[in-house]
Amino acid sequence: MSLKVSNLSLKPDAEFHLDDVSFEMSKGKIYTVIGRTLSGKTTLLKTIAGLIRPDSGEMSLDGANFGAVPVWKRQVAMVYQQFINYPHLTVYDNVAFPLKQRKLPMAEIDTRVMQALAQVGLQGFENRKIQALSGGQQQRVALARSLVKEASILLLDEPLVNLDYKLREQLREEFKNIFSAKASENAILIYSTTDPVEAMQLGGEIIVMDEGRILQQASAQEIYENPKTTKVAQITNDPAMNLFEGEIVDIHLVLSPTIRLELPPHLAALPRGRYTFGIRASGITLDSAGFPFQIELAEISGSETFLHLQHEQVHVVGLLDSVQNFDIGQTVTAGIDSSSLYAFDQSGNLVASPYGGTK
Amino acid sequence: MRLVYVTLKYLAVCLWSMFVIAPFLWALSTSFKDFNSVTGGATYIPWVDFEPSLEGWRVLLRSPAQGGVNIVEPYFNSIFVTCSASLISIILGTLAAYALSRFTFKAGFVKNNDITFFFISQRIMPPIVLSIPFFIMLGKLGLLDSLMGLIVVYIVLLMPIAVWIMVDFFNKVPKEIDETALIDGCNPYQAFYKVVLPNSIPGLIVAGLFCMIFGWTDFFFAFILTFTEVQLLPVAIVALNSSITPWWSLSAAALVCVAPLIVVAFIVERYLSKGNLSGALK
Repeated sequence: MSLKVSNLSLKPDAEFHLDDVSFEMSKGKIYTVIGRTLSGKTTLLKTIAGLIRPDSGEMSLDGANFGAVPVWKRQVAMVYQQFINYPHLTVYDNVAFPLKQRKLPMAEIDTRVMQALAQVGLQGFENRKIQALSGGQQQRVALARSLVKEASILLLDEPLVNLDYKLREQLREEFKNIFSAKASENAILIYSTTDPVEAMQLGGEIIVMDEGRILQQASAQEIYENPKTTKVAQITNDPAMNLFEGEIVDIHLVLSPTIRLELPPHLAALPRGRYTFGIRASGITLDSAGFPFQIELAEISGSETFLHLQHEQVHVVGLLDSVQNFDIGQTVTAGIDSSSLYAFDQSGNLVASPYGGTK
Repeated sequence: MRLVYVTLKYLAVCLWSMFVIAPFLWALSTSFKDFNSVTGGATYIPWVDFEPSLEGWRVLLRSPAQGGVNIVEPYFNSIFVTCSASLISIILGTLAAYALSRFTFKAGFVKNNDITFFFISQRIMPPIVLSIPFFIMLGKLGLLDSLMGLIVVYIVLLMPIAVWIMVDFFNKVPKEIDETALIDGCNPYQAFYKVVLPNSIPGLIVAGLFCMIFGWTDFFFAFILTFTEVQLLPVAIVALNSSITPWWSLSAAALVCVAPLIVVAFIVERYLSKGNLSGALK
């Protein structure tokens, strides 16, 4: 089974919500659509679900025209970022709803509902009202309802985004196992997120979207190692990849009048000239042999510290693997790991990667 | 400090209760008085301050030939007209409101909000402005002085209220609930009556209550559009008035008139607080 989408476009007003989107998805795989807010992820998922009619383009499932099938007859299930359930029904009735719509025998409905509730860890909650559940439990109900349907395509629109940090971490792990099991049932799972960590953790294939367009579709590893453009590099990294202008002069890499680095081997073959260089926060470390940077902001996140540093025109975010306190305006010396540098041409396309990828 | 707060709270509740209940007690007391008891100074407690009389209530059941105003028929006329008009207004208004809430309409500069305003603007117009066209139209349709004519007019008057309340309510029901119902196998009509409507019960009750209050208490159109064949309760009550205002009969009639609304309010009150949308979207 495969879902083929060709040239989908949607422009309800001045801006494209989907701009010539094409891709192919195979059964038994997890696809993660990553992009910033308003990049077109939800629109794409709703279009696949049949809730939005595109201006142009085609969709086919196993070669049959999928776009012409009304939403209520499509074999799709969807979980929203808001915890959407039917508040007038109990947990059991919520999960049973799609099966009752199909008029399945009651015994089968009962078996499948109980299985789905067990899968999401909600045994014993059958008779509870939705209002009596926590946010995480409500989202589990929504997930159970989407699983019970045994749909060919399962769409998950940022299902964890409204949960608190702890619960998100917990559910991310649980959901990953459920999704893997679901994918092995020959379904296509499409998971949208703004969180690069989530996208990388889920594995599978990643589709990077921005302004309604697909910027890159590849495996998680390929996206990590060879982001096709500066936009992809920023979207798929948290914090966004540091980007700064620089020049390759002879055997040096000049980032500012006072920051000159040895040209690393993976950039040596590039023609001399100006480039946009990129480096992940993990490539910027405190190093007494480095360059003086002024601290603009120090953010403690869990057991890590993000440092926003400025030196002349170079602004970077560095990552420390420990919790440290810094004063704003304080000067520290930080090193730039040149072996981790990416190079993009003036159009923003990748020309050299530390992992060997080139244009 | 807490004791003072609680005391003040209960005091306020007691004062408010008195404010609400006192007129009813006054009307109840007056309905059992006769001419002398009403005009003989302030009296409150039957058998102590005055001798109770059932004359005020008897007048409501006597035929006009016997010097009374039989309100039984107008009473049931009012119930029939109000319930029918409210029900039809709620059905039509809810459908219109759902469409206005969920679909985008555009005709030139006219958009959804303008259409909603158009509905409610019918209520802004002074009733006298509407009375002449209503009179002419009902006359041409042969519906003057008929229950059907009154129902038609009341639908026109009540539906804007239903649309106005329900548009606001549907706007608060997440659109994603409808979408989820569609994905779960409902066609648009099933999504509406299986999912959206059950979650809109508080809105339907509020709209229904307002429609019933407006319909039940209307005097103007009931007076203008009926003559001899059909009479509604408010018109029948006014007919009680003569050269001497019969306060005892008017009080009895007022209590009879307000009773259905009180009963309805008590029945629907628990649904108003019970059904809510928490849990649909967190």
